[in-house]
Amino acid sequence: MIRLAAVAFLMAQPALAGEIWITNEKDDTISVIDVETLEVTRTIKTGERPRGITFSKDFSRVYICASDSDTVQVMDPETGKILHDLPSGEDPEQFVLHPNDRHLYIANEDDAITTVADTETRTVIAQIDVGIEPEGMAVSPDGKIAITTSETTNMAHWIDTETQALFANTLVDSRPRHAEFIKDGSELWVSSEIGGTITVFDVADQSEQGKIRFEIPGVHEDRIQPVGFELTSDDKTAFVALGPANHVAVVNADTLEVEDYILVGRRVWHMAFSPDGTLLFTTNGVSGDVTVIDVEKREPIKTIKVGRFPWGAATRP
Amino acid sequence: MSPYMIALQAIVLREAQRFISQRGRFIAALVRPLVWLLVFAAGFRAALGLSIIPPYQTYITYEIYIVPGLCGMIQLFNGMQSSLSLVYDREMGSMRLLLTSPLPRWWLLVCKLLAGTAISILQVYAFLGIAALFGITMPLQGYLLVLPVLVVSGLMVGALGLALSSIIRQLENFAGVMNFVIFPMFFLSSALYPLWKMAESSRLLYQICAVNPFTHGVELIRFALYGQINLAALGWTCLALAVFLGLALWGYDPARGLIRRKT
Repeated sequence: MIRLAAVAFLMAQPALAGEIWITNEKDDTISVIDVETLEVTRTIKTGERPRGITFSKDFSRVYICASDSDTVQVMDPETGKILHDLPSGEDPEQFVLHPNDRHLYIANEDDAITTVADTETRTVIAQIDVGIEPEGMAVSPDGKIAITTSETTNMAHWIDTETQALFANTLVDSRPRHAEFIKDGSELWVSSEIGGTITVFDVADQSEQGKIRFEIPGVHEDRIQPVGFELTSDDKTAFVALGPANHVAVVNADTLEVEDYILVGRRVWHMAFSPDGTLLFTTNGVSGDVTVIDVEKREPIKTIKVGRFPWGAATRP
Repeated sequence: MSPYMIALQAIVLREAQRFISQRGRFIAALVRPLVWLLVFAAGFRAALGLSIIPPYQTYITYEIYIVPGLCGMIQLFNGMQSSLSLVYDREMGSMRLLLTSPLPRWWLLVCKLLAGTAISILQVYAFLGIAALFGITMPLQGYLLVLPVLVVSGLMVGALGLALSSIIRQLENFAGVMNFVIFPMFFLSSALYPLWKMAESSRLLYQICAVNPFTHGVELIRFALYGQINLAALGWTCLALAVFLGLALWGYDPARGLIRRKT
């Protein structure tokens, strides 16, 4: 009876389990945040200057761009042990895992190259010349297109993943940082840090569909620098980190109108949703913390201290 | 009904009637903090957020920060105004009538204090309501928890007013109270700026702020608005209340107090 009651009690608990993994660029560590208690439960040592972070499909492995160690590290998330390194080319900053769960598309910031690494054979299968200082990486849900954005060339480079060759280059505003395919891969969004915009592309013909602009009363427009962004699972609402504006913008993904601005820590960079999508965790680089946002209410509820200069964020259920 | 209750009822009713009939006073009591909130805070607006100090869990704008301080300000002004009304009563003679009641004087003064505090709480809630209309809201449970806390802080500043009213002889001296009591108490507190900021510019000012009972009243309100009890602030506020009330009772004691010496 007691056991039954205990089971019933456990089942009645809200499904808030899960972790958010945060890379701390200056501390060479990962801070693991428990989604339920909103506290840092583990701090794990990594290679130098960890930035991009992503999990394999079954969450048995976590890939970390250790930029200054010039490698992508593969870690067992249970033990926090580095299993092995992957060849990544120099200065890997950001990457994306292909839907085949095997190929990593890695931006090599210093070399103007996108490297494609095979996580099984641990070899480089292609290197593609792109614009100067590549950073933002995305891959379409069907896996056919990969995107690299280059910070200095101000372009989104469209890569055919079968031939591993560029098939289009489209101009965006100054210093593109982050790219995402949304709405089943029919749209590509690219954020431009200096330009202060997000450009929306029609993936079918790579034409520009629209632009999102931001304005916060009392904050100079130079400080409004969109970087990372994420969309809710229904693709209706986008949350956009605005860098030194210390705010996250809430954008209606259909009308491209900004509906709200949420105050977070200093120089907000990337973000990740909790597994159930009710909370959003933003990395605030300069203030060295992570702000937790209630997605439905669009309100910040807590700010959690992590390491120095938190950069990337990834969800582990 | 016991005579004590009758006296309480009569004094509270009289205070309430006076408050309702003086509509200008109610509006003034609301306009003052609202000007601070909507004009002063707008000028000082930290759009990029203030750093995190308890009880806040995340970054806040300046408007959010000064709300508890303005609640304290409402009570401070109300406490002083209440004391002003005692000076007025004394000049007009109705005070004498009150003090000739057979009930103990301390009870009459406590009634007066309770009446003034009740009105200050009404003003605070009206202010919080208007602030909420402008989108400056607190957690829901905070609005409930702040009620008992407002009683304590209201009594504390009210008792201070009462103590002062026992030494003020004339209405005109109220300007002096403004200059020498309300303003220093308000500005040398955590109402408008966090104390660590004060510590950065002057250690002495910081220490003055830290012993200012009004600071503790404001912090008590601030924590309560976020569903927490700041025990240290509660302790200091209660202590200050006891001291001020003791001074007031002494001041109004016909055998020993200042009243006798002056009249």
